[in-house]
Amino acid sequence: MAFTLFRGIQTRPLLPYSSAFTARKHVIFCSMQSTQTETSMKTKQQAPSNFTETARAKAVEKVLKDYEAIIGIETHVQLSTTTKAFCSCAYNYGSQPNSCVCPVCMGLPGALPVLNSKVIEYAVMLGLALNCKLSLSSKFDRKQYFYPDLPKGYQISQFDIPIASNGFIDVDLPLEFGGGHRRFGITRVHMEEDAGKLLHTGSGSFSQVDLNRAGVPLLEIVSEPDMRTGIEAAEYAAELQRVVRYLGVSNGNMQEGSLRCDVNVSIRPIGQLEFGTKVEIKNLNSFSAMSRAIDFEIARQAELYNQGQADEVVQETRLWEEGAQKTVTMRKKEGLADYRYFPEPDLPEVVLTEEYVNGIRESLPELPEMKRRRYEEMGLTMQDVLFLANDVNVAEFFDATIAKVADIKLAANWIMGDIAAYMKNEKLSINEIKLSPQELSELIASIKSGTISGKIGKEILLELMAKGGTVKGLIEEKDLVQIVDPVEIEKIVDKVIANNPKQLEQYRGGKTKLQGFFAGQVMKESKGKANPGLVNKILIEKLNAKS
Amino acid sequence: MLSSIQNPRIFLHHCHRHYTTTITATSQIQTIQKSILSREKTTRQFAEQFLNRLHQTEPQIKSFLHISQTVLHEADEIDRKIERNEHVGPLAGVLVAVKDNICTSDMPSTAGSKLLEDYRPAYDATAVKKMKEHGAIVVGKTNLDEFGMGSSTEGSAYQVTANPWNLECVPGGSSGGSAAAVAARQCVVSLGSDTGGSVRQPASFCGVVGLKPTYGRVSRYGLVAYASSLDVIGCFGSSVADAGILLQSICGHDKLDATSSKREVNDFTSQFVSKDYFESQPLKGLRVGVISETLGDGVDQEVVSSIRGAISHLEGLGCTVTEVSLPSFSLGLPAYYVLASSESSSNLSRYDGVRYGNQAVSDELSSLYGGSRANGFGPEVKRRILMGTYALSAGYYDAYYKRAQQVRTIVKKSFKEALDSHDILISPAAPSAAYKIGEKKNDPLAMYAGDIMTVNVNLAGLPALVLPCGFAKNGTASLPVGFQMIGAAFDEEKLLRVGHIFEQTLQGYSFIPPLIADEFKC
Repeated sequence: MAFTLFRGIQTRPLLPYSSAFTARKHVIFCSMQSTQTETSMKTKQQAPSNFTETARAKAVEKVLKDYEAIIGIETHVQLSTTTKAFCSCAYNYGSQPNSCVCPVCMGLPGALPVLNSKVIEYAVMLGLALNCKLSLSSKFDRKQYFYPDLPKGYQISQFDIPIASNGFIDVDLPLEFGGGHRRFGITRVHMEEDAGKLLHTGSGSFSQVDLNRAGVPLLEIVSEPDMRTGIEAAEYAAELQRVVRYLGVSNGNMQEGSLRCDVNVSIRPIGQLEFGTKVEIKNLNSFSAMSRAIDFEIARQAELYNQGQADEVVQETRLWEEGAQKTVTMRKKEGLADYRYFPEPDLPEVVLTEEYVNGIRESLPELPEMKRRRYEEMGLTMQDVLFLANDVNVAEFFDATIAKVADIKLAANWIMGDIAAYMKNEKLSINEIKLSPQELSELIASIKSGTISGKIGKEILLELMAKGGTVKGLIEEKDLVQIVDPVEIEKIVDKVIANNPKQLEQYRGGKTKLQGFFAGQVMKESKGKANPGLVNKILIEKLNAKS
Repeated sequence: MLSSIQNPRIFLHHCHRHYTTTITATSQIQTIQKSILSREKTTRQFAEQFLNRLHQTEPQIKSFLHISQTVLHEADEIDRKIERNEHVGPLAGVLVAVKDNICTSDMPSTAGSKLLEDYRPAYDATAVKKMKEHGAIVVGKTNLDEFGMGSSTEGSAYQVTANPWNLECVPGGSSGGSAAAVAARQCVVSLGSDTGGSVRQPASFCGVVGLKPTYGRVSRYGLVAYASSLDVIGCFGSSVADAGILLQSICGHDKLDATSSKREVNDFTSQFVSKDYFESQPLKGLRVGVISETLGDGVDQEVVSSIRGAISHLEGLGCTVTEVSLPSFSLGLPAYYVLASSESSSNLSRYDGVRYGNQAVSDELSSLYGGSRANGFGPEVKRRILMGTYALSAGYYDAYYKRAQQVRTIVKKSFKEALDSHDILISPAAPSAAYKIGEKKNDPLAMYAGDIMTVNVNLAGLPALVLPCGFAKNGTASLPVGFQMIGAAFDEEKLLRVGHIFEQTLQGYSFIPPLIADEFKC
């Protein structure tokens, strides 16, 4: 049996973040983002040399002076329901081939589909989250084509009446790319089932079929052709990922194929009304790949237009090749494929009541866009807002931290600074560290009240993240309460000055920079517990005293 | 009262033995149940009796594609249970034949197709599972037109089944094997499937009772799909009571079939009244509508007179009979063939040779598909796949599939209206009695035309009961003729009650084929 995974996706331990972005260094908080959402901000996995990157950016910039790119995206989101869409099989990514199958999802003679009601619930949730109009009465249709990974010879999908349509999604572009708010239209959201996978043998002499994925529920989200650049497209997809994760309807993991984007790109001379010939790009395994593939494609098409070879831009499906950083022809479309859709006779109509929809609407969580606007109103900078709202777990951690008393800005700084750095180093997500939001709140309060110093605070934080425990407990246990008694600090200062006559002499001789040295010695002597403000105040007095 | 019924084949009025006088009126299932529970006879004795007849007649009739080797073993099991005073179900010791397009985990299920030669399902169809839970013994799998597509059972990839009444004639189809098996008393009752008449027409041809339940009454889980929106599993018996008892045991909601109805199921059998307790006009007040379009041109005169005989019999029982016109009736046939073919073209896509069934040897994908399907499917199946694919293709969908759906809506509506003013509707089950083997095999249109009486009922999703009412001359021999009673959706109860009274009071006929008549003579 072949256990290699389809499409050359490497086998590696399933980590809850994308390893692709942890390699990035120049944006301090990128590791944090990568723990949940791969945004286009921190793109460039397997980054090509700066030269080609810059060259491409320039090429696209140049192109976009004369041409406008029209980009639409079809996204497939695999739903994290306990069982498949039409049978009671559980599905776990990475299971032994053909171990999550039954007569229904194998398409055995006589087997019939029965809809998992969770699929409807998730579809309604996403439809509402994407501001769509819901069809209170929709149906399933059969989309027919032959392929070995499609056991019934048809895919159960929705054709002319999708469950949700005519919505939009709001996106804040990353500051690195100029920032700004965009609204992209959503044409439709519909329910369908996934197909299995083909496992190709190394020798290429035969292929095997793994039907574990067959029948796993998908939502297909079709955007309006509203995006104009690779960055916009990648941000659209990243926002979609955030939304499904906020809703909890999918893990949105691109590497596992839980979120898959196919992109349609065409260009037209600025000012022209009709669209150019569109090209579909597949095999986009990250948002960064998406952004780069689109930029490449825009440049490629523009080149052909400029050379008077516009007719060589043909309607086709192209594959993004990560290694070569280019798109290549996968298959040319000979006319329109005829899927011979017709209503699925094995499934009754999907009828939603207003009450059902309202019940789901009322139970929707706060969505990324709402969260960002709220954080903005709280006075956080856009950088902070984008960071905190990016990952639903981080956002929830932040919200819980500030729920009672903690200072908003301080909480944000701690999370984006020390906590993010720790998570990055330890490759942990915010739910995996031992620190609770309550303790972070306590820590911030303890520093603010002067019970402990900021420096001690950082030390305690490390311990809290690694081992857990409470701020109070650690302070007591380690006797870390800050020394705020001036008499006591004075004693230490006196001792330090007495022990360092040479430095005192130099200081008094004009080398006032040595104040730092003395302060350090005092802190050391106090085991870091002395209140730095008082230390400095007393130290200056003593050092400058002419006795 | 019976004067207009022609040519009763065997007069039995001088017979007094239990079996012979009321053979069509008595429930064999109830007889078996009573005998084995009172220990008058053992289950094994009944089983042997049927198996002997089966082995005797099977070489001529060929109703079975597979015969179980464990029948006697299962019968002994039941006898042991009875000995231990353990509960046995209402179908205990009843030998049931199952059409081979209904999945059975312990026997092959070929659907009459070469493509599924030796295919053994991983599971029992819900109907089979329920029957087994009620104590039934599956005696074997019966022959059919490949995937249920046909009206004579000549479309089987394996063998041609003969009509027990005349071995030169077809048993009808597509459930010809199940109908012939009951007619020849090779089994007590049998399961068939009915997409456009595949239970009712062979019941008529073979002189047995055929019951097509309301769409959704019986789970389709495990029925190899032909046309999903029309398919139903149906029952054959030598009496209305048996068909009703069998239906009782297999119907009801199934969570594995989203189209199965959640309606409560009444006890059909409690409606059965023995003729000893009849009033003089037990069906007084019952409003019967005779569908006028079904007794006109193109319908065999002998069939018409049998139906007229049945009508007068119903009148004699107290029914008020009027003619009712269903103007959309003739539209049903073309609409049916468009819809059924369309759905079948999709349902049969799964037979690609990739996961199961016969696979063509090929090193390339499209020839693997093409080869497996070309070798695996017979000509009628290919014809319907082609018709259906055409009807669903872009540019033709509106003219064919969509149009046919509109006709279906009209048909439904006209039946609904007719059944608002009538309790039951009546028509022949087929325009003729059984025809000769080979007669229509190469004339698909003539074959399709034979479905005119039954397809509308599938389009409307209604229940219908076919029961023998007379005979038609076919050369030297006479062949049975059945009439069809159509009821309102989910009102099988009424059909069974009327049918039960009808068959108990229809005197002067025996619907036991001459082939085995000796066994049943006094």
